[in-house]
Amino acid sequence: MSAAVIEPIRAVRRLWRRELPELLRQIHDPPQALFLRGAAGVEVLAQPAVAIVGARACSPYGAQVARMLGRELASAGLVVVSGLARGVDGEAHRGVLDAGGVTVAVLGCGIDRDYPAAHAALAQRICERGLVVSEYEPGVEPAPWRFPARNRIIAGLAAATVIVEARERSGALITADFALEDGREVFAVPGEITGTLSTGTNRLLRQGATPLTSTEDVLELFGLAASQRPRPSTLGVDATAALARLADGAASADELARATGLEPGPLAAGLAELELAGLVAEAEGCYRVVMPLRH
Amino acid sequence: MLARTITHALVGLDARRVEVEAHLQNGLPAFAIVGLPDRACQEAKQRVRSGITSAELNWPDRRLTVNLAPAELRKEGSGFDLPIALAVLAASRQVTEESLRGHAAVGELALDGRVRPVTGVLAAAEGAKEQGLSRLFCAAVSAPEAALAGIEPVPLHHLAEAASYLRGEWQPEPFDELDELPAPVGLLDLADVRGQERARRALELAAAGGHNLLLGGPPGTGKTMLARRLPGILPPLTRSEALEVTRIHSVAGLLPPGRPLVTAPPFRAPHHTASAPSIVGGGSGPRPGEASLAHRGVLFLDELAEFPRPTLEALRQPLEDGVISIARVEGRAVFPARFQLVAAMNLCPCGARGDPAAECSCSTQRLAAYRDKLSRALLDRFDLLVTVPRPRAVELAAAPAEASELVRERVVAARGRLRECRPTRTEAANALLSTAVERLPLSARGRARVARVSATVAALAAAEAVAPEHVAEALSFRTPNELAAA
Repeated sequence: MSAAVIEPIRAVRRLWRRELPELLRQIHDPPQALFLRGAAGVEVLAQPAVAIVGARACSPYGAQVARMLGRELASAGLVVVSGLARGVDGEAHRGVLDAGGVTVAVLGCGIDRDYPAAHAALAQRICERGLVVSEYEPGVEPAPWRFPARNRIIAGLAAATVIVEARERSGALITADFALEDGREVFAVPGEITGTLSTGTNRLLRQGATPLTSTEDVLELFGLAASQRPRPSTLGVDATAALARLADGAASADELARATGLEPGPLAAGLAELELAGLVAEAEGCYRVVMPLRH
Repeated sequence: MLARTITHALVGLDARRVEVEAHLQNGLPAFAIVGLPDRACQEAKQRVRSGITSAELNWPDRRLTVNLAPAELRKEGSGFDLPIALAVLAASRQVTEESLRGHAAVGELALDGRVRPVTGVLAAAEGAKEQGLSRLFCAAVSAPEAALAGIEPVPLHHLAEAASYLRGEWQPEPFDELDELPAPVGLLDLADVRGQERARRALELAAAGGHNLLLGGPPGTGKTMLARRLPGILPPLTRSEALEVTRIHSVAGLLPPGRPLVTAPPFRAPHHTASAPSIVGGGSGPRPGEASLAHRGVLFLDELAEFPRPTLEALRQPLEDGVISIARVEGRAVFPARFQLVAAMNLCPCGARGDPAAECSCSTQRLAAYRDKLSRALLDRFDLLVTVPRPRAVELAAAPAEASELVRERVVAARGRLRECRPTRTEAANALLSTAVERLPLSARGRARVARVSATVAALAAAEAVAPEHVAEALSFRTPNELAAA
């Protein structure tokens, strides 16, 4: 698989092993060196960080949880580390960017390679405020065996690792193993026991990982409080009714219409209002709450 | 001895005047047709000869030359049989040339002398009318179609009738002009669709605003069923629209016998293996494609992502201009193609996405490749995008929903309001639209689409101006993230 080389990277920096942040030096097999690309300074790597990883082919639910976590952890001032992959990784990065936070993407190839190619623009945006890092020299092509090695750096940079969705044999589980080996906290987002997308995360929970039930679970570890984002008080009647039903779980527009007794027109308007307020997201015809309600 | 009759050759939808000259000379008996006839036209020799003898008229045993002028225009099809036969009869003085004046002719001959209908009679009749001809010889079945052009048809069952008419021995009964448009038939009722309130709403908005609609969702959720019911809630065609549609369908040979005028908005659903020329039109003598056959109606593309990309891109011109111009060596033809595009597609190649009961087995690469099949430019042509989820058993058991007729009444009223005084946005609505552009991935084109749809929402609600809630509803039908570029 070829990856395109984009514009020449001017700001390539190299950190030798002794210059690595404390946390990363402590792992079993720290990298020889780390290549950096992006506008942020090296000190970003030493800030309290959380890794968010998970399946590439994730569900809409997984994507929305990853994005919400990225957004809320970033608003609380934490750095979010992930692997720039499709699915959960990409959504976590995007969530951070939504909140205007700092995120670090760890690649399994040279930092001048955009892999996956579809995330070239995302990598560019990450570089504006954060960092894209790799232990490989610029120009190194992505290869399957480099990704597990990359995962040890993701786990190593973060004080805690959150697994959002993982199948039975997922790369995210390798990251979790590294994190456990290094004595870091591992969170897993509980999923349906019948879905293959959550077999990996549910196994982690059985083995003793901390279940993640809200962003606060992670923030507690750092002694932080969630940034209070007040509920917009101007929600219309229809929007409020729809939100009340959605608080019980995801639903399609038609199910909402039946539950609330609203006509499709006003309901659609209410849902759009909730989407604009960032309270609800739609995927594949199904609406779900993305911002946990705080009463 | 020379005689001539007038007929018309079709170039696209245009009828071009063709003079059929028959010349009898002394010499060995022979029959030649010149003037760029195609194969079917060349074969007229055998049909005309047998037809004339079968009608108990005399075949002139002399040297006969038929010229179709202008000679550089290619003549296609079997519609030249009847004019050739009439010219031969006049040249051999079996009828007078005088009696043919003011008449045009179009029709195919059977070997026993019967007159068979051909395609494009309406266009030929209109051509004749334009040139000041008053009557048109045509097959009896085609007569009502010819009458639509305001010309007096001479309905023929047999060539012998033409001869006796021209000798003044027989007069056809005067033809009643169509006063009232016949009611459309064969439209499907929206009452058959249970549940799916949101998709029904999208369909109603599409009908009211003439918006293009994309239905996404897992297989078996009723996307096709919904799309097929769109013509039933569209306003019926006006007389001039019906004529436009009939002209195209006549040229394509699609008019059902006995119903000369198409009054229901057409619904065309080409299969995804259809070639680009079959959809936009083509051929050496250009013929209308599915897009033109859907003129003033609905072009439905099921499994949108399975269509080859060049085919879809070829639809962008008609979507923009409402016409298709086809250039060929033989000439250029312009076909009207002002249709409403409705498309359906699954959200992923395996089809499981959007179905809570199934798990998608598509790899991320396959998903990306699927999405890439639809260009941004094409997706931008859809004003309304709606995901149709799998209905629950409860909904399927529910009572029949609202019938098409009631929906159509609202649609007609909304169209009237949009035409007379298009609602404008209030300041609050503008503010909401700006917020949406800021917060959602909404392009400039996307903004314009939301603005258009919101005007339709307001018109359907009979509101004076576009209020924020109308904009909000329009926003809920924008491009979903699954289809937007990753």
